[in-house]
Amino acid sequence: MFEITEKRILNPTVEEITVYAPNAAAKAKAGQFIILRTDEDGERIPFTIASADPEKGTVSVIYQIVGAGTRKLSALKQGDSLHDFAGPLGKPSEIEGENVVIIGGGVGCAIAWPTAKAFKQAGKNVTSIVGFRNKDLVILEDEFKDTSDAFYLMSDDGSAGQKGLVTAKLEELIQNGQKIDRVIAIGPLIMMKFVCELTKKYNIPTIVSMNPIMIDGTGMCGGCRLVVDGKMQFACVDGPDFDGHKVDFDAAMKRNRQYLDFEKHKYEEACNLLNKEVDA
Amino acid sequence: MPNMRMDKNPMPVQDPEVRIHNVDEVATGYTAEMAIDEAKRCLSCKHKPCVAGCPVNIHIPEFIARVAEGDFEGAYEIISLTSSLPAICGRVCPQESQCEARCVRGIKGEPVSIGRLERFVADYMREKGETPAVKAEPNGHKVAVVGAGPAGLTAAGDLAKLGYEVTVFEALHTPGGVLMYGIPEFRLPKAIVAHEIDKLKDLGVEFVTNFVVGRASTIDEMMDDGYEAVFVGSGAGLPNFMNLPGEALNGVYSANEFLTRYNLMKAYDENSSTPIQHPTKTVVVGGGNVAMDAARCARRLGSEVHVVYRRSLEELPARKEEVEHAMEEGIIFDLLNNPVAVLGDENGHIKAVECIKMELGEPDESGRRRPVPVEGSNFIIDADCMIMAIGTSPNPLIRQTTPGLDVNRRGCLIVDENEMTTKDGVYAGGDAVTGAATVISAMGAGKKAAAAMHEYLSSKE
Ligand SMILES: Cc1cc2nc3c(=O)[nH]c(=O)nc-3n(C[C@H](O)[C@H](O)[C@H](O)COP(=O)(O)OP(=O)(O)OC[C@H]3O[C@@H](n4cnc5c(N)ncnc54)[C@H](O)[C@@H]3O)c2cc1C
Ligand SMILES: Cc1cc2nc3c(=O)[nH]c(=O)nc-3n(C[C@H](O)[C@H](O)[C@H](O)COP(=O)(O)OP(=O)(O)OC[C@H]3O[C@@H](n4cnc5c(N)ncnc54)[C@H](O)[C@@H]3O)c2cc1C
Ligand code: SF4
Ligand code: SF4
Ligand code: FES
Ligand SMILES: [Mg+2]
Repeated sequence: MFEITEKRILNPTVEEITVYAPNAAAKAKAGQFIILRTDEDGERIPFTIASADPEKGTVSVIYQIVGAGTRKLSALKQGDSLHDFAGPLGKPSEIEGENVVIIGGGVGCAIAWPTAKAFKQAGKNVTSIVGFRNKDLVILEDEFKDTSDAFYLMSDDGSAGQKGLVTAKLEELIQNGQKIDRVIAIGPLIMMKFVCELTKKYNIPTIVSMNPIMIDGTGMCGGCRLVVDGKMQFACVDGPDFDGHKVDFDAAMKRNRQYLDFEKHKYEEACNLLNKEVDA
Repeated sequence: MPNMRMDKNPMPVQDPEVRIHNVDEVATGYTAEMAIDEAKRCLSCKHKPCVAGCPVNIHIPEFIARVAEGDFEGAYEIISLTSSLPAICGRVCPQESQCEARCVRGIKGEPVSIGRLERFVADYMREKGETPAVKAEPNGHKVAVVGAGPAGLTAAGDLAKLGYEVTVFEALHTPGGVLMYGIPEFRLPKAIVAHEIDKLKDLGVEFVTNFVVGRASTIDEMMDDGYEAVFVGSGAGLPNFMNLPGEALNGVYSANEFLTRYNLMKAYDENSSTPIQHPTKTVVVGGGNVAMDAARCARRLGSEVHVVYRRSLEELPARKEEVEHAMEEGIIFDLLNNPVAVLGDENGHIKAVECIKMELGEPDESGRRRPVPVEGSNFIIDADCMIMAIGTSPNPLIRQTTPGLDVNRRGCLIVDENEMTTKDGVYAGGDAVTGAATVISAMGAGKKAAAAMHEYLSSKE
């Protein structure tokens, strides 16, 4: 059993938990992920490692409540335990390029922030551009500021930072002549796709973090497969980071919607169940 | 006087119409009377041809003689001399190509039902409640086992009995390997696998689940941490695909994914939180045990199921019994066909499979006639689900993270006659070494490696 030693609410749908998992904590590197299960019959849910403390033996993850699995997780409190916590999984991010722009979209910022931190710690020049739909959804603003040489906050409606898309800010920086060796984009597939279209035009190497539907996370099921450079790749072992200019985003978007109906149904069921527990 | 009936005592089974609506075991097992009666068909041949057909050389006539006397406990003791997982192997061994293939009773009529008797004896002992195993006197040495499939479990058990402090590191949340995530409940109830694992815990074996060796720790780091020898039984879990156009479509699964969702994640149960498609028409590609299992799981989810296999019925590599059971369950065999493309709808979901007819040409290096496509014979099967069961290879993670561990062209770990790899103190066995094979051969390799590790560590002192 893996105890939740701390819990933090970042916004109405985004939370951070710190979990006692010394094996994972000892080895975790930026860009890697874990798979957890809340209970004996729970789903295997993958989350990126947000930070790890090898001394305390803890690993933190930041997650958005989107469906039944994350809702059940959110019902757990500090002091409760998770049934399973496997990690680290996947390949660590390559910390390469002197001048990098890190782009985070929505909850993708939870994945982007540890990457920004790793680049900063390696002495690189880090520009962060983060985007949210509105100000209620903003997460990790202070954390990003701490780990960035320049920080830009964007929102769709202008209620936080500047109004506009992250791609607009990126293009502005490029056109202003900012030296950029590498872009790292992490967020919704559609955002990563447009970032990649833009950087391709300017020939800037771009890494994306792909989060397809996974089960085992060990390369055994092939469910997480992606088409990269025309070849099949398994995100859980070959990634999750890939050369964004080679990823087939359209295929990936279709695969992520595979179980939509089932997930909706399970979410409603979980809501009913959890509400009942709250009433009782 | 032996019983000279020509055929085996039939195995009682659930009616096909009933069993396609549940996940209970298909074959329900012999009663004591049936077992004794079947055991009397054995001639106790002096030269024991059957024994040579068993990869672990179970003392077959001797245990069967005990069964014939009604001494099931005595029979179990004899089996246990060479096998650790009789309840499992009795169920899943391809007996028709192993022990039973050599049985003299099979020359005229059917061979003695060795597998069913083995299963009966093991089930009898489990149900009766064996006396719990006693921990051996600790010998002060620590060893690690990577992977909790039949190879790893067997090595762990044998080493624990020799007094080693054994830790098994398993990537998934449940030990058992393919026995848990691959082979379905209706063929191998998970409670039986769990029982075997509990027995190992009684022996003092420690299980660390959720631990991916190569990521959470490398083998070198484990050896630095005080494990004096390591057994690698990481299996061959990496699914092969055919690189067909459209293989990335939704509704196209590897057999491993479909079976993992169905078995390990219990998607057959309506209350499970794991999604699985409930297809109406499924194409399963392949002809081995994995293909049969995937087909029969899809059938139980209510689908019409077609097995597309490029050779003919004679070459189907699956266990004979599984093919028969699959046919009884209404699975359709589209033999001498091969898929060439997967066609999708506008939502990115599979809607059909394009196939081509095959004919058998000259024999290839395996001695089987090579299937060759018949030019221009392409045709379409409508399908909303496709399951690829065309084989697996060893997962590359361990070899990528362990310097000094050599593999062959197919990515299988290279071992010597003592199951020692090219790295000192590191042993390996099972599918990680042979490529996808059988439970009994994995178990045999685990046994052999445990003995060799004991010799290695004893001689080091
Ligand atoms: C490597 C990786 C790292 C991730 N890191 C984070 C993170 O740091 N923070 C975060 O909030 N989310 C992260 N995710 C996504 C997270 O796993 C899903 O949001 C979660 O599984 C949804 O589960 P649910 O049951 O609550 O929702 P559901 O209602 O079941 O699903 C909602 C949507 O989530 C996705 N999803 C569902 N099941 C899975 C699955 N098994 N694997 C991947 N995606 C799935 C699908 O697109 C689905 O439509 C990551 C995913 C991957 C693969
Ligand atoms: C669907 C299916 C049906 C089958 N039917 C039959 C049958 O009827 N009869 C028969 O004899 N054989 C059958 N087989 C084959 C048989 O199951 C295998 O040959 C056997 O399980 C191999 O045993 P193993 O111990 O080598 O590996 P596995 O059973 O594959 O176990 C390997 C274990 O190692 C773990 N692992 C892998 N990598 C790591 C790592 N890096 N760190 C930690 N753990 C790791 C895996 O998670 C797994 O639990 C079938 C196989 C499948 C897939
Ligand atoms: S272990 Fe398998 S091959 Fe050996 S006797 Fe039993 S059923 Fe036959
Ligand atoms: S070959 Fe057949 S009849 Fe002879 S000992 Fe073996 S099981 Fe009995
Ligand atoms: S999640 Fe199964 S292979 Fe990647
Ligand atoms: Mg879910």
